[in-house]
Amino acid sequence: MNQHTSFLRKKPKLDIFANPNAELVFWCIFAVGLMMVPVFGSAYFLYMACLVCINLVATVGLNITVGYAGLLSIGHSAFLGVGAYASALAFLHMGTPLALNIVIGAVSAFSVGLVFGLPALRIKGVHLAIATLAAQYSLYFIFQQWTSVTGGDRGLSLPKTDILGMGDTGFYYVVAFVALITSIAARNLFRTRIGRSFIAVREKDYAAQVLGINVVGVKLMAFGIGAAYAGIAGALLAAFLRIVNPDQFTLTSSVFFLAAVVVGGRGSILGAMLGAVFMTLMPEILREGISFAMGPEADMASVLSPLREIIFGALIVGFLIFEPRGLVGIVRRIMGHREVVDAGTGH
Amino acid sequence: MNLFLEFSLVGIASGGIYVLSALSFVIVYKATNIFNFATGEMMMFGTYFFYVFDTQLGFGWIVGLAAGLTSAAILAMIIERVLLRPLLGRPHLVLIMVTFGVGSILRGLAGMIWGPTVRQLPEILPRTPIFIGDILLPGKLAWGFVIAGVIAALFMAYYKYSRAGIAIRATATDQITAESLGINIRGVFLLAWALAGVLAAASGIITASVNGVTPQLGLVALNVLAVVMLAGMNSVGGVILAGLFIGWIETVVGAYFGAAWQSFVPYLIVLLVMIVKPSGLFGEEKVERI
Repeated sequence: MNQHTSFLRKKPKLDIFANPNAELVFWCIFAVGLMMVPVFGSAYFLYMACLVCINLVATVGLNITVGYAGLLSIGHSAFLGVGAYASALAFLHMGTPLALNIVIGAVSAFSVGLVFGLPALRIKGVHLAIATLAAQYSLYFIFQQWTSVTGGDRGLSLPKTDILGMGDTGFYYVVAFVALITSIAARNLFRTRIGRSFIAVREKDYAAQVLGINVVGVKLMAFGIGAAYAGIAGALLAAFLRIVNPDQFTLTSSVFFLAAVVVGGRGSILGAMLGAVFMTLMPEILREGISFAMGPEADMASVLSPLREIIFGALIVGFLIFEPRGLVGIVRRIMGHREVVDAGTGH
Repeated sequence: MNLFLEFSLVGIASGGIYVLSALSFVIVYKATNIFNFATGEMMMFGTYFFYVFDTQLGFGWIVGLAAGLTSAAILAMIIERVLLRPLLGRPHLVLIMVTFGVGSILRGLAGMIWGPTVRQLPEILPRTPIFIGDILLPGKLAWGFVIAGVIAALFMAYYKYSRAGIAIRATATDQITAESLGINIRGVFLLAWALAGVLAAASGIITASVNGVTPQLGLVALNVLAVVMLAGMNSVGGVILAGLFIGWIETVVGAYFGAAWQSFVPYLIVLLVMIVKPSGLFGEEKVERI
């Protein structure tokens, strides 16, 4: 993320995040679009829409950590797992409502995030990446081995949650609402002092400290908020799939979220949204493509899972080399911008 | 007590393999300042190269070894030249993410080409166990340790006394000064990656000669990270002690608490080191607390 600042750029005609009115219109269209999905879509479409929204929450969270604060987290799915297990356990043992479960997921992931973040974030450098990788494996270990609580490899099964007697559609509205609220919250976070200090720390930590920003505190906050978003997504995922088991929260799914952030565009909420949509739909298209190319009897599982790893990795590497601003960069270029003031602060 | 000694010896012997892959990691970090998350996958891929030349193409193990290590070096150089070189000067975060992505690609490629089944390497190392007093040491493990030790010693000598080794060390100390003194920095980067590829492949082949190779072999890399953290990320000498220690503690814990704990210990050590001494035991005090 270099500072190719071009002071002499032309005034953009339509920049979603530069013009407040255009931005309002964007959010309204987005909200209406989310509302319309159940009206037009089939059951499969609704299922995918739920999945997109859940991944969107998690990706927006990771983008706060990686894109805005410049802290590399490669154990994001472990925090999803914490949220999923915490909310599932609360639901199973205390019968808490979904809204409370989401809060429980967020709070538990936030606190576990701090446990892993605290040792690493005091120090400059790549330590957070290592600590999150440690989190990935040690939380997986806990999910798998603490059988009396987590159910081991078989995991936990949850009963169906029915919202307002509307079945799947009702649940979709909850997920879509949460996705909308969390995206807007993330967007507004970067209008506040806290959010701006994330960017300041990313760009130059010394300068940020000189300006009176508590660098360690800000980094912890950024990492914690990212983990809390993952916790929310995890709680939704648990209620959505109605099963929680360790194999949902592996390194591969952490790579998935990292790829979503990089593909969409680091340091952009719109980017996180685009990335989440792209990455969620991509495996589906891939699956269709393979069954089309190899016939229906093809051994899907053995091809699909390595192919996913290749594609996730290639997307990360390819976008970082050729289009560091991600899909957002492409969208902006199509809309007629040559040069955008740094992807992270381009508004 | 005897049992404990036996576990300890087995542990130290398996730690020898960590030393090699950790050296592979450290050489890249020192020369290029890149934190290579693909070390484990380079290790795994190098092993598959050996398997291809030796078993699948049937060249026998001598040719297989030479061709396998060469291919591993070439692969590492391609990663450096094609994927990382264009990104020089970009933020660290980007370079690390690229190595992470490369790891994912290599893991997927191996799964695609060779499938998830365990492939057994040919029996090069003698199987006969070695007795030290009453203590029995599996033959492959002991010989693997000896070979790892020889390679590590050769590497250290090369790093210390050869012109190329001195160039790498000069670059590690100060890139700009090294370049102004006429050292070809880009050549140094390539050389460091090539060496890293060879070291990683060697450690992979030794590991796999005991248990066979799967695409998941690279995930041992996390234990390597524990080694590197404990030693200090820029300490070539410290890696040897730390590698043996991690191998030892892992085996002892595994023997007394069960295999699941064995895989958990390295992460615990990583976090502990981060809390207590972030620069590692032998690393230079360059930790910036900000």
